[in-house]
Amino acid sequence: MKFLDEYRDAEAARAYAQQIAQAASKPWVLMEVCGGQTHAIVKFGIDELLPSNVTLIHGPGCPVCVTPIEYIDKALKIASQPGVIFCSFGDMLRVPGSSADLLSVKSRGADVRMVYSPLDAVRLAAQNPGREVVFFAVGFETTAPATAMAAFQAHSQGLKNFSLLVSHVLVPPAMEALLASPECRVQGFLAAGHVCTVMGCEEYDPIAARYRVPIVVTGFEPLDILQGVLMCVRQLEQGRSVVENQYARVARKDGNPHARDLMRRVFQVVNRQWRGLGEIPLSGLGFAKEFGALDAEKKFGVTDLHAAEPPECLSGLVLQGRLKPVECPAFGQSCTPEHPLGAPMVSSEGACAAYYRYRHRTPIPA
Amino acid sequence: MSHSADFSCPIPIQQYPRVLMAHGGGGRLMHDLISRMFLSAFSETPAGTSHDSTVLPSPAARLAFTTDTFVVRPVFFPGGDIGSLAVHGTVNDLAMSGARPLWLSAGFILEEGLPMEALWKIVCSMRDAARSCGVRIVTGDTKVMEQRGADGLFINTAGIGAVEHSLTISPMSVRAGDVILVNGDLGRHGMAIMSVREGLDFQTKIESDSAPVAEPVLKLLKANIEIHCLRDLTRGGLAAVLNEIAEASKLRIQVDEKSIPIREDVHAACELLGLDPLHVACEGRFACFVPAKDADLALSILQADDPAARKIGEVISESPIVLLKSAIGANRILDMPSGEQMPRIC
Repeated sequence: MKFLDEYRDAEAARAYAQQIAQAASKPWVLMEVCGGQTHAIVKFGIDELLPSNVTLIHGPGCPVCVTPIEYIDKALKIASQPGVIFCSFGDMLRVPGSSADLLSVKSRGADVRMVYSPLDAVRLAAQNPGREVVFFAVGFETTAPATAMAAFQAHSQGLKNFSLLVSHVLVPPAMEALLASPECRVQGFLAAGHVCTVMGCEEYDPIAARYRVPIVVTGFEPLDILQGVLMCVRQLEQGRSVVENQYARVARKDGNPHARDLMRRVFQVVNRQWRGLGEIPLSGLGFAKEFGALDAEKKFGVTDLHAAEPPECLSGLVLQGRLKPVECPAFGQSCTPEHPLGAPMVSSEGACAAYYRYRHRTPIPA
Repeated sequence: MSHSADFSCPIPIQQYPRVLMAHGGGGRLMHDLISRMFLSAFSETPAGTSHDSTVLPSPAARLAFTTDTFVVRPVFFPGGDIGSLAVHGTVNDLAMSGARPLWLSAGFILEEGLPMEALWKIVCSMRDAARSCGVRIVTGDTKVMEQRGADGLFINTAGIGAVEHSLTISPMSVRAGDVILVNGDLGRHGMAIMSVREGLDFQTKIESDSAPVAEPVLKLLKANIEIHCLRDLTRGGLAAVLNEIAEASKLRIQVDEKSIPIREDVHAACELLGLDPLHVACEGRFACFVPAKDADLALSILQADDPAARKIGEVISESPIVLLKSAIGANRILDMPSGEQMPRIC
């Protein structure tokens, strides 16, 4: 397929791997931020092509995984109320809350619907004036513009029966939180290319400078990731730490100003709780005052619902890159995609899911 | 092929535009529904079917017998509907034993309120599909259930076929060295359904691959191909089938991603939704395990039917696992899908 197969070329991949081996004179630890990149790495076996002194550790960029359990519980509570049509991305439906997941609530009669866009939920609200329609808005800067557009449209149409349960998070504050931790092993970042298609690349400049860490905005195909690794290793070898853009064919330096304007209008930056990382100041999006009536937490009175992650799930360490999924004692034992302890085992971008799906019977025969 | 448009619905629409509970109640309305709609459509049905069971001549010493229930939503989708699917599905299950499909039963569970016109369209589609497969619908049943938002109907079909070969077509017959073939491109049915599900109306012209596959299988048998195993690639797609066979035969299966035929539009839709095309259901595709000596002839027979048929891998004598050589040349596990396929967030 055009624009895809050329980024999955076996010979070009081997050539990049060779260049990386030549460039890396000592051990380096890089973190790919995005869960989509993690899946590509494990699925295509990109890490197997790398020299043994270049280690990739997996970052917190899985939107489903970082959504804290209390938001799943809030979603379950709202979805269970009579008359509610609860809309969610498919990925969220299997994520366990404290006692259930959205699919099991659906099996007990709740009207839970999978949608691909929040705008579909707005349409449902317009078509069902007698029902309360709620959209579960999770994700990073990639999905936030679509949520903002849904809120904007519902607001302009004066829809009174539509609201959103918002748990949007932002990437740069999470990267800073990781770098500020004394256990941090990350020496260079492959930043999430799709986040930068919205936000641009400039907000990473202060992080690269302050923590002296190279940041390469990177795409999601095998050759993107290998080229990102090469650019990052070269910076490290040369003692440089700047923001570079490997994904320039998609991510522009100034991102998408229209999307950002809409986000700024609808949202304000707030403190947010992250699964595994705890509360990070100014790391999420909540509604701006003008759009406060669309806040499902207030509408359904679930603001004060709190819950703790199950202690046997070590997803916090996995999300910080401090533990490989296969090193977790529960991995493949008490935690499987059919019986997950935490979100990273069920999300299509979760690191645990990637290892379980493509690697769980290690070592893989050559 | 004749289509429902050629016929008008035999139940007077002005009187009963929708299915009522009474259509399953055993009285005059049910009698009319069966005789005017089902019996008139399935007119090749042998005499005597108004009895409690149908008596049939024994066609062979060995028979294949199977049943399947169809709950697809929406009931009409690009490239087919629940009626044609219910015929193809059971015909294909019979074909996977190398049987010549002969007779089907058709059990309908109708939801109160189902438009009579939609039912007639589906019945006609079953009739056309049965004709094109050379099978007869020889017995049936109708029930009506109260409206529960199930949006239409469910169909069960059971089928009987004649086994006219002496092979043991089964996962247990798979041997190291066997070559694995597929009879066409993968994943179209699942993506066609996905494209018309509520909330996922992406722009695509992908049509279901729903089709009968008994004919190519019978051609393989006629050419004396020593078929070890056949399996249709329905729920769970190729990945589920290969894992089931690796597990049952206790053998390692190695496939090559580059050789697996997937149409560009299906590939693109899967990329967009974050789905693995190897996990997506087909309804007219099967995997065929044959000894290496027969592989070229078998492939040419399958390709005469569908040029997209391919050799996709082989069986190796080692631990039961399915490995896939990725596009960039590294090996990874091709796992069984877990639960329903969910589109990703971004």
